[in-house]
Amino acid sequence: MLIAENLSLFFGVRPVLRGVSLGVRRGEWVVVLGANGAGKTTLLRVIATLLRPAGGRLELNGVDALTHPARVRAQLGMVSHQPLIYPDLTASENLRFFGRLYGLSGAQLEQRVEHALREVGLWTRRHDRARAFSRGMTQRLSIARAMLHNPDLLLLDEPFTGLDQHSATTLAAMLRDLVAQGRAVLMTTHELGRGLDGVTRALLLKGGRIEAELREHITPEALTALLD
Amino acid sequence: MALLLAQIAALVRKDVLTELRARESITAMLAFSVMALVMFNFAFRLRVDDFRPLVPAVLWVTLIFAGTLGLSRTLSAEQVNQCLDALLLAPLDRSAIFVAKAMTNLLFMLLTATVVLPLMAILFGEALIQPGIVLVLISGVVGYAGAGTLIATMAISTRAREVFLPILLFPLVLPLLVASVIATAGFLDQLPFEDFGSWVGVQLAFIVLFWSAGVLLFEYLVES
Repeated sequence: MLIAENLSLFFGVRPVLRGVSLGVRRGEWVVVLGANGAGKTTLLRVIATLLRPAGGRLELNGVDALTHPARVRAQLGMVSHQPLIYPDLTASENLRFFGRLYGLSGAQLEQRVEHALREVGLWTRRHDRARAFSRGMTQRLSIARAMLHNPDLLLLDEPFTGLDQHSATTLAAMLRDLVAQGRAVLMTTHELGRGLDGVTRALLLKGGRIEAELREHITPEALTALLD
Repeated sequence: MALLLAQIAALVRKDVLTELRARESITAMLAFSVMALVMFNFAFRLRVDDFRPLVPAVLWVTLIFAGTLGLSRTLSAEQVNQCLDALLLAPLDRSAIFVAKAMTNLLFMLLTATVVLPLMAILFGEALIQPGIVLVLISGVVGYAGAGTLIATMAISTRAREVFLPILLFPLVLPLLVASVIATAGFLDQLPFEDFGSWVGVQLAFIVLFWSAGVLLFEYLVES
């Protein structure tokens, strides 16, 4: 589904990504580990087409992300450090707005908004402004936004940061459901202790390079050992 | 094309709804305009007997300064919760974001102008509400919204964007200001259109130049 080959990126003269290659298939949940400054967020932003790599190849479902970025964007959703949610709009207004940007309209849009809000448990709070939401609720709304257009690939940047245990457990269960539905998840994290049940593969990013990979027995202990 | 128009409409609608809730831009623009006009009026009455030669300049300087307050919010509002990323992640032509932002700015400035024009007519006792002046005002504001949105986009990534915006924008819109003042004065003084019509042409050229530049450059500016 996702093919990234030899991606490189520089901030000024400083290399941030140095020949990163990775692939993600349908039904996979890949986690990218790494210390602060390893290039995890930058890698996700390149894959999301928010940053243009200096070199390399990037494809999603056979579509070249460098020549047809808009077509790739239609097939991916992203949950970032920041919620990417308008605080002065209600939960449903936020989703309706983003749905329209993705070409949804009419009954289909309303159906998707309702479904997404029910999925993340915010249907009863749909008329509340996002400003009034807790961190966990905002994160759930952010996931609803990212999933509204049924993307094939979901990119998550440190999604568990700042969540309480209950919200983290709920989020992890949602991600497992998505993977079971055949979608792919590519996630960065440095929190190894929670929400990683169901991860199918772990990659270690260090100094802008993929340094190691873990394909089985993905336990917090194994991830800690990988990171060390 | 229909999808593009729907996306632009969604962006404008979102900006208007957000502004109606937050009331940050319009309130500031209206309050500034009213205060500026009242102060101009008091100051001029101390030494000036005939306001008419000054009225076009007062009108345009007030509108341009008030407009800058709204422009500075154009994209900075998208930085809350990093919402600009969400827009850039959407599968839409990024020039649509520029067009929507410029249209929102245009809408807010026209709303401000609907207060400024009658207020000036009352305070300065001049016949400002006439079709010619309204048309000059609309074309001037359209040009300013295009140029202002483009420069506001450039300023978004700078640390001191509130300072950077007027410093870069005002010299750039000087030709538009001159054209708008002369064209407004032409209609106010009921001169033959041939005497000042070329300045309306300057306004139109300004519109074409900056709206085209915005459409072409916006993607590059937000990416860099």
